Formats: sequence, structure tokens, C-alpha cells
Amino acid sequence: MTSISLLQPRFQKLKTLRAMAIGLAIGFAIPALADNLPEVQRLIKQGQYPQALEKIDAYLSSRPKDAQGRFLKGLIYTEMNKPADAIAVFTKLSEDYPELPEPYNNLAVLYAQQKQYDKARTALEMAIRTHPSYAIAYENLGDVYAKLASQAYDKALQLDNANSTTQNKLALIRDLITTSSKGNVKPQPAPVAAIAPVAAVAAKPAVAAAPSATIVTSTPGAASASPASKPTAVATAPAPAAAVATPTPAAAPTAAGSDDVVKAMNAWADAWSRKDMRAYLGAYANDFDTPKGMSRKAWEQEREQRIAGKGGNISVSFDTPQVTINGDKATAKFRQHYKATGLSSSTTKTLIFVRAGSKWLIKEENAR
Amino acid sequence: MKLGRKIALSGLAVALAAGAAARLKDQPATTPVTINELSAIALARTTPDASSQGSALPLIVSDSGPEEALTRILAEIEGNRLSNALQLTENLLRQHPNYRLAHLIKGDLLLARKQAINTFGALTDAPADKVADLRAEAIARLAAYREKPPADFVPRYLLQMQPDQRFAIVVDTKRSRLYLYENDLKNGGQPRFVADYYVTQGKLGAEKLVEGDKKTPVGVYHVTANLPRQKLADLYGSGAFPLNYPNEWDKRQGRGGSGIWLHGTPSDTFARPPRASDGCVVLTNQDLDVVAKNLQVGLTPVIISNSVEWLSLDDWARERSELNKSIDAWRTDWESRDTERYLTHYSKRFKAGEHDFAEFSAQKKQVNAGKEWIKLKIDNVSVFRNPGKDEVVVVTFDQDYRSNNLNNQMKKRQYWLREGNQWKIIYEGSA
Repeated sequence: MTSISLLQPRFQKLKTLRAMAIGLAIGFAIPALADNLPEVQRLIKQGQYPQALEKIDAYLSSRPKDAQGRFLKGLIYTEMNKPADAIAVFTKLSEDYPELPEPYNNLAVLYAQQKQYDKARTALEMAIRTHPSYAIAYENLGDVYAKLASQAYDKALQLDNANSTTQNKLALIRDLITTSSKGNVKPQPAPVAAIAPVAAVAAKPAVAAAPSATIVTSTPGAASASPASKPTAVATAPAPAAAVATPTPAAAPTAAGSDDVVKAMNAWADAWSRKDMRAYLGAYANDFDTPKGMSRKAWEQEREQRIAGKGGNISVSFDTPQVTINGDKATAKFRQHYKATGLSSSTTKTLIFVRAGSKWLIKEENAR
Repeated sequence: MKLGRKIALSGLAVALAAGAAARLKDQPATTPVTINELSAIALARTTPDASSQGSALPLIVSDSGPEEALTRILAEIEGNRLSNALQLTENLLRQHPNYRLAHLIKGDLLLARKQAINTFGALTDAPADKVADLRAEAIARLAAYREKPPADFVPRYLLQMQPDQRFAIVVDTKRSRLYLYENDLKNGGQPRFVADYYVTQGKLGAEKLVEGDKKTPVGVYHVTANLPRQKLADLYGSGAFPLNYPNEWDKRQGRGGSGIWLHGTPSDTFARPPRASDGCVVLTNQDLDVVAKNLQVGLTPVIISNSVEWLSLDDWARERSELNKSIDAWRTDWESRDTERYLTHYSKRFKAGEHDFAEFSAQKKQVNAGKEWIKLKIDNVSVFRNPGKDEVVVVTFDQDYRSNNLNNQMKKRQYWLREGNQWKIIYEGSA
């Protein structure tokens, strides 16, 4: 119970961060307290690491647990070529936020730089375990496997390592909040921002949580080449708890044609968070596939009981979805963050929408 | 992609298996039976009743080596359970961190996660000779694990051990294998299989002839010393046991060279390739340590063969009794002081030291003329067949000679050669 009460403020901070990122992306005036982070990012971009470190330390002095700040600190140490310090930061971060794949990934990058490929492998496998569709981690893991293979061959065949000159650097992730659009697609144009420091820091897709964000994170391939959704486990949405509306930040649109789908998702998550049962149930199509084949009525009652019938706040948000549209059907895959009194969870979810006039309604809801 | 990997990797397993098969086919059908035929025989015999497994001579199989793990790894690869295979390989490496063959398999399994691979040792530009060495080791080990010597067959060479020889060693150079046998005195001195181990032989194979030919000798030897690790260079690993190469027979055949040892492995590797030494027989350190416990300096026979011949226990008993009869006939004919009869036991090609048969028989006639009686006792007889196409056995015993004018006790060694249907002595001398 104590751990849960500890979790809550943390979550609030994350949201604050996201809000700041919105401000950044849209170009709003930035509140005095929060301007530290974009400033830090700017300093990193300019290569002024000692100054960036100073700022981030100041920032963290009042929020020692802040994930985004600590993540940036790890990045600064990495850039300053202080791998031991960077490893310490990312290790602690991964212990405090085991659900985040990015710290694991960056730990792996640092370990790989030190040729500690076994540790790099373990870290990447953790990243993938926390976030099963994480293309950068997969790519990095592939490279680590190749490195480990090369080491094994060196030992097997007593090679003097002459062939390791072709060392390709693993991709460091520069954004903390995972977007599922990185998931199943190769990190091509947009996610390259995550690899190449040249990409504009101010417009990071990962931290952009507003529909108005300008950066599109999914690649062209995402719309057509998304894997088939698995209709196996039918969603029993994270259940208990009840109300006090906390409007949740919505995710960025994924591709030009999918704005409407994302809008529908935002409305759905919003209604859920506000415990607005009419709006919530209205997001579902009449022929929605209810879980375990229960009747529509029974399902609606269950949802009512679990959403409106619980005390306390509910907050539902999601990372940038990966949306595939195929005629009148749309599939959205994303990571859903659910938070209520006594329960918080992050799940990978797939919503299948059908077009009804100008609206998209939920036909299937699958969680894994 | 997944399918491609599966095919490529079972290719790896198949490549290994095919190599093993080809290798077995290469083996000439040696006189009695080869071991794989034997396994088939044993299998055919034991299939009807599995109970024979627990019969009088149970097989004690040495599974301390990596053969079992390698076999399981290959099975996992063939079953396309590559994660299991990798895990088993990593376990094996935890056990033997310097095991190069396991590192190679690990490399292949990891590389297979990154790209399709289609051969054993899939690294681009891998040094072909080193990959070939490791492949050869894998094939030798897997084949040995598949084909254990059956319990009711024994190496033809171990006809009779003297009672105080507790163990005997038989090396099969073609199979890169060392077999440890116990002298089972409770069963009339039958050789009882204890364990077998992977070994390395000379770079250029067996049948040593001259100094520096990088070959392992073939013959009947024994260990002559125990050199402790502290006195040895790292190359020899955890210990060394020199052999008495060249023995009397080798010298007579004009074979040269020296310094043929049984020894361990340097610290930078768990095992050496099947053909890598300058003629020594090399074990892994852990195997040498186990074998060393059973070695008696000056006693334990070490018989090295190109390709071990195996006899059923019936045939083994027949050969043994035939030789014992010949030896006893020689003894009684000597006691009879009938020199002509006594000399029928010697080959016309007999030679001992400087003496040929004519000189030897003249001297015997002269000595026997002065004898009123002779009593000859022989004890601690060992009879070992010399590997090779010539039918030669090495007979060693304690001889207690008494006569009216001379008593003499000595340890004697004779080489008997089969001429026609009779065993004849072709060399004798003190041992």
C-alpha cells in the first residue's frame, strides 16, 4: 500500500512533464519552473554539457525522483563520456521505473560501448520484456547478438579481434516516453530523431502528447504493414476504482488519415477518465464484441459498476498509437496507462474501430 | 525468415552428422568388427530384453565430459529450439569457460538471431583450419557418445593383465578416444569397461616411425613415470606420464623418436583438436586427473591402436587360453632339458640383443648340457596383443629359474609371433 501511495505523485510528475512538453511543442509560453528541461535539452543539443548538468542538477534538487530529469542527466553523462556515472543513473532509473524500456536500452548502449555485451544483452532483453514491440531495442539486441557471436568466435578460433573494426554503434534513445509507433516499424525517418542527435530536440515526438504536436512519429510503412491484431484475449479493462476527472493528455496523431481515429480514442479515454458512462459506452459500436461473449447489457452493467461505481480518481492515457486504416476498419495499437486508487497498470492494447458515418466506433478491444 | 533459419541450422546439425557418417564409412572393415557395427549388434541383441542392461557387467559410462551436453545441444538445434540450445551451450561454457568448440556453437547460435546462417562456424572469413579442427572434435565426441563399446565385447589387446595391474588403457586414434578398463579379478581377470575419454593425437596421425614425424606410436606400452604439474610447462597441463616408446619391438622395427607422453591440456583451452600434438596422447585436464588416479607407474599398460579391434568374451577367452597353453608348453619344454623341443618355441627370426637364432640355440644347447635338473616358475603373467596387422603378443612375467648349478629370478618380456598356426617367440629379454 505504501508503494502505491508513493507511485501516485510520481505519476503526477510524469503528467506534468508531458504537459510541459505540449507547451514546448506548440510554442506556448513556458512556466518559469518548468523551463529548465527545454533549456537543458537546448544545452545538450549545443553540446554545452557542463551547463546542462548544472541545470539538470538544479532541476532535480527539488524533484529528485523525476524520471524525465534523471533520464536527461543520464544522457548528459553519456555525452560527457562518463559511462560509469551514466550507468549509475540509468540503472537507478530502471530500478525505480522498471516499466520504462528507454533506461534499459541506454544502459545496453553504454555496456556495449564497454564491450560488456552480456550485460547489454540482459538490459535489452529487459527493455523488450517491458515493451514487447520496441524496434530500437530489437535492432540494438540484434547488434549485441552479433557482437556476442563475434566474441564467441574470437574465443573459439583464437582470432585477434581484427575484424571488430566494423563496430556499429548501438542506438541511444534520447526520449524517455515510449511511443508505440516505434514499435513494429524500423526506425526510419521519424524515430531516427531518437538516434541522431541532430534531430530537433524541441519537437521530440515521444514527449509530444497533444494532438496538435507537429511531429509525426510513425513511418509511412506503419499504415499498411501493421501486424494483424490478435483477437484472442478479449479486453477486461483494468477494472476497479472510481471518480474524479483528471483530463488525460491525449496522444499525438500517427499518420495523416488517422487523425479521426486518434480523436475517437481521445474521446474514449477522456470519457473513461471523467467516468462519463454515456460518452464512454457511446464510443463502442452496437455490435461491439463483448468479452467472453457476455450480453451487451451485462457488459454495460459491468463497465458501469467498474467505472462510475468506484470511488477515487481514474486516469486513462495512452502513448502515441500505431494506427492502420483499411477501408472502414481501423486498428490502433498502443500502450495504455491506467491509474486508479489502489491500481495502476500499463498494458498493450489493440482497439479495432469501424467507421459509422463520420465517427469511428470500437468494434473490438483486446489487451495483452 | 524463421523458416530460413531453421533450415540453415538444421543444416549445421546435418553437416555434423553427415561428417560423422562419412567418417565412419571411411573406416576400413578391420579384422574382427568396428565399433559402430558392434553397437548395432549390441542394439539388436539388447532390444528384446532391456534387462540385459543390468546384467553381470554393467556399463559405467563416463558422462563427466561435454559429449552429453553437445549431443543435447545438437538435438535442440535440429528441433529448432535455438534458445534452449543457446542456454545449454552457455551452461556448458560456465562449466568449461575455455571450451572453444562451445564458443563456436555459441557464436553460431547468436549469429543466427541476427542473420540466417548456413554452416558450422558461420563467421565470415573464419580461419578454415580452425573451424575444421573444431568440427572434427565435435564429430569425434558425438560419435563416441553415440557408440559406446558394448559390455560383452572387449578390446582384443587386453588378453591377460597381471593381478597387480588394476587398470589398462586402450587408445583408439581413429576415434580420438581413450578407453579405461579395470582388471576384474573377481571375474577371472576380464577387462571391465570403466570410462572413455576424448583424446588428441599427433598432428600427422598414428604409426610413428621416426623422430619428429609428429605421429603417435602404435603398440603396447606402459607409463614409466609420473611428472607432477609443478615440474611441467603449461603445455602439458595438469600432469604427464611418459610412455616407454620406443619399446623393444619398436627398436627392432627400427622405429625412432622419444618423449611420447600421456598428458594434459594447456590452460588457455579446455580441449585440443583431434590431431594437434607432436605424437603425445593428450587428455583434457579434468580427464587426465581422473585417469591419473588409476595409473600405476611401471605397471599400467597403455595400448595405442589405429582402430581398436573388439572381441566377444568367448573369442577373447579362446585367444587367451591358446596363448596360455603356448606359454606353458614353452615352460615345460624348458624344464624337460630337451633343447630341440624347447627351441621349437622360437622363431627362426628370433633375435635378442646381438644374438640371432643360431647363436641363441648354440648357447642354449651348451648350457642345457650341464644341467641335471631345471625348475621354472612363472608368475604375474600379462599377455597383450600388439595392435596392427602382424599377429604379435607381448608376454611379461616374473621368472623364477632354478637348476642344479644356477638360480635366477628376473622379470622377462617376450614377443610372440604367430607363424602358421603356432605362436613362436621372436624376442625375449629382461623387462
